[in-house]
Amino acid sequence: MKKLGLIVNPVAGMGGAVGLKGTDGADTLERARELGAVPHAQERTTTALTNLTGIADDIELLTYGSTMGEAVAAACGLRATLVGSPSHPDTTAQDTVAAARAMHAAGVELLLFAGGDGTARDICGAVGTDVVALGIPAGVKIHSAVFAANPTAAGQVAAAVIAGNINRAVEAEVMDIDEEDYRREVLSARLYGYLRIPDARRLLQGLKAGSPRSDAAMQMAIASELVERMADDRYYIVGPGTTCRPFMERLGLDHTLLGVDVIRAGRQIGKDVSEQEILSIVDDSPCTLVVTPVGGQGFLLGRGNQQISPDVIRQVSKENISVVATAEKLCSLRGKPLLVDTGDEDTDTYLSGYYRVITGYHENTIYRVSPPT
Amino acid sequence: MKPQHGSRLRNFHQAKWDEEVIFELSNPGERGIHYPQVERAISDAVGDGVSEIPASMRRESPPALPEVGQMRVLKHFLRLSQQNLGADLNIDVGQGTCTIKYSPKINEKIAGSAKARDIHPHQDESTVQGALRIMYELDLFFREISGMDRFSLQPSSGSHAILTMAAVIHKYHEVRGEADTRDELITTIFSHPSDAAAAAAKGYRITTLYPDEQGMPDLEALKAAVSERTAGLFITNPEDIGIFNPHIAEFTRVVHEVGGVCGYDQANANGIMGITRAREADFDLCFFNLHKTFSAPHGCGGPASGALGATKEMADYLPVPLVGFDGGKYYLDYDVPHTIGKARTFYGAFPVILKAYAWIMSMGAEGLKEAARIAVLNNNYLFKHITEIAGATSPYKGGKRRIEQVRYSWEELYNETGVDTHDVTLRLADFGFHLWQSHHPFVVPQPFTIEPTESYSKEELDEYLDGLRHVVHEARTEPDTVKRAPHNSVVHKIDESVYDDPDKWAITWRAYLKKHGREAAKIRG
Repeated sequence: MKKLGLIVNPVAGMGGAVGLKGTDGADTLERARELGAVPHAQERTTTALTNLTGIADDIELLTYGSTMGEAVAAACGLRATLVGSPSHPDTTAQDTVAAARAMHAAGVELLLFAGGDGTARDICGAVGTDVVALGIPAGVKIHSAVFAANPTAAGQVAAAVIAGNINRAVEAEVMDIDEEDYRREVLSARLYGYLRIPDARRLLQGLKAGSPRSDAAMQMAIASELVERMADDRYYIVGPGTTCRPFMERLGLDHTLLGVDVIRAGRQIGKDVSEQEILSIVDDSPCTLVVTPVGGQGFLLGRGNQQISPDVIRQVSKENISVVATAEKLCSLRGKPLLVDTGDEDTDTYLSGYYRVITGYHENTIYRVSPPT
Repeated sequence: MKPQHGSRLRNFHQAKWDEEVIFELSNPGERGIHYPQVERAISDAVGDGVSEIPASMRRESPPALPEVGQMRVLKHFLRLSQQNLGADLNIDVGQGTCTIKYSPKINEKIAGSAKARDIHPHQDESTVQGALRIMYELDLFFREISGMDRFSLQPSSGSHAILTMAAVIHKYHEVRGEADTRDELITTIFSHPSDAAAAAAKGYRITTLYPDEQGMPDLEALKAAVSERTAGLFITNPEDIGIFNPHIAEFTRVVHEVGGVCGYDQANANGIMGITRAREADFDLCFFNLHKTFSAPHGCGGPASGALGATKEMADYLPVPLVGFDGGKYYLDYDVPHTIGKARTFYGAFPVILKAYAWIMSMGAEGLKEAARIAVLNNNYLFKHITEIAGATSPYKGGKRRIEQVRYSWEELYNETGVDTHDVTLRLADFGFHLWQSHHPFVVPQPFTIEPTESYSKEELDEYLDGLRHVVHEARTEPDTVKRAPHNSVVHKIDESVYDDPDKWAITWRAYLKKHGREAAKIRG
């Protein structure tokens, strides 16, 4: 018997159907309802759980009351233990947080949650990387990498975890998109954090890349390349993202996963620095920017690393930008260029062109960078 | 019971013997053949022999080899052979990029005949004139097919030929005093992965180009890649997706302009044999896999041959010896001014060379061209029917015809049904078919690559098509059947997440014991 947690955000996805680009917050939900939105999260969760009914005897299902899991488990004929219930029929983000914490305390091996980026953000805030989790895509915004390709795939991954066929977890990005901006057609994403998800690349990413070498192995190879290239007389401005982390680990330095660090001659000069701090540390000295695309859209600059501003880029200059990315990440872009959206058109034009993206040790790929069209 | 969709499908079931690894069959003291004890008079006269060896040089314990009687060894390997699905058993069109074609059995007989089998590379040249003549004439054939000026038959595989090309290029730059500064080799993501891997093994930094919207390698990216550090370009054409790059001469021009050397990976030349040549695209080097295009069987790591050709200028760097002819006799030619030395011991995999020679002689010039023509027609017959299967697509080039193979995609099927290319592959195995997805990384989503060559009949191609149609129908009507496949095979699904885990993988028995412990293995005694 393995403990499986299930949290359904019952209102996830309602905003999308009526053009609201999200359902974050009570006002938006009210507006969605006025526009005639109906919930789909239950139905998507049912699709996922269908893959588990055959192995129900191997599962101890823990869930939350009412529409947050209890109802859909019953509909699928799965026995479930409740670890709590929402305080009000109109569930909120607080209920998701409370449910995730309760699942963590109960020691679930996998936490399945149905929702979108907002739900992922709430789960991430509640349990961080302490619990292995996986999203059933049911929300409007799916920019985070913590969701299975579709509800069926989510159920299949859960079944594989229960059967002991997937025994490894990897960190995946949780992106935070501001819905207010999104409704105004401004996509301002930032990297919110990471969740640990089962290592089932085939089902999670729909075989986008299927590299025989995992991202983790290739990130280590990229780190070796960067370390080999380092010069003691330069500053290295290291951007956010897991691809940059093994590089810092190799140097024995702390890496700010969601921020920017500055190092020189093997020492950390600045940690989680702002744009102004970068400029004052570097102060016209030679420097290299190590940066990796963040999120699923291939944004190299301008999403999740806004500290690396046009002024910082001018200081670094184009030829001193070391772009790092695994082949898997590049393949997932499906031929689309890497994007730069620094907020300054001239800087974006300056940054456009072909780059040597470091993809491994002594391996690089020529890849195009351009502003979003 | 025959499946409903595709009456041509077989009620196949793979043999399963539940056979252990040979080390697990071992019984202490069991022997293949028991020899009699040495006779007393002999040991009295010369001792036991072993005690003559200094104690410090003697093993303290015997090697841990399996101890298995001859009859059990025979059964063991026959059982394993029944669990195989080789090219002589199935319709092997699903092994795209590998050019699986019929290897005429008479050529095996020729290569196994005493005349070929009993010669030794240490024999004097005058006693192996026939073998040298075959090697010399094969060189001439390949010159004709490629437009190159000289061939070495020494490399023992395609990857070995690429490694040898990399060594030749390195030597070329070394002679010019540029070997240290020219450390970059350019290839494309749809070329054979060995172009990157073998060049990296030679020490080159690898730069990879991605395709443009049409599936062609991006010429602008090449222009951004080349510099005074460029040692060379290794490229396949048509690439592994089956699209021929008509601008290939532009690629070689750009690389030549910066002083680089261009190597044409023609491991698979099956769609262009007798149609277009490396010379016309201005390549400096090229190679053919005799075990692909020229019908010798694939050795699966066993004997193979990658014949490496060079222009007159680059021939000065080829491995020695080449085979020459002075008008009267054939000889091993060591007079190669800047040779890289030897790529392997002796002269090449002679049985493979002989099979390719026999095949070319039996086909003739017209026959080679005809083989290419039929391979392309067969491919486009499959292309027409596969792209009519709802759920299968052929990314790039707007549905236009391909050369000898196609990299298709199951992305639409996957989005509709949740059944992915891996599931389809495993389900096809239930009907005795092999379907290979493709080289990694998967630039084409949910890929599968099919290459029918000239060897398969319409009936066989139709049987394979029925297999694809049947599995696609199942994906829509009973997806669980597909997702839980294989049902009729020896090995079921395995945990893929440990493929790249150095703590788990083991390619030798000793490594397996070390990493997984003796209790994981069923060891007797």
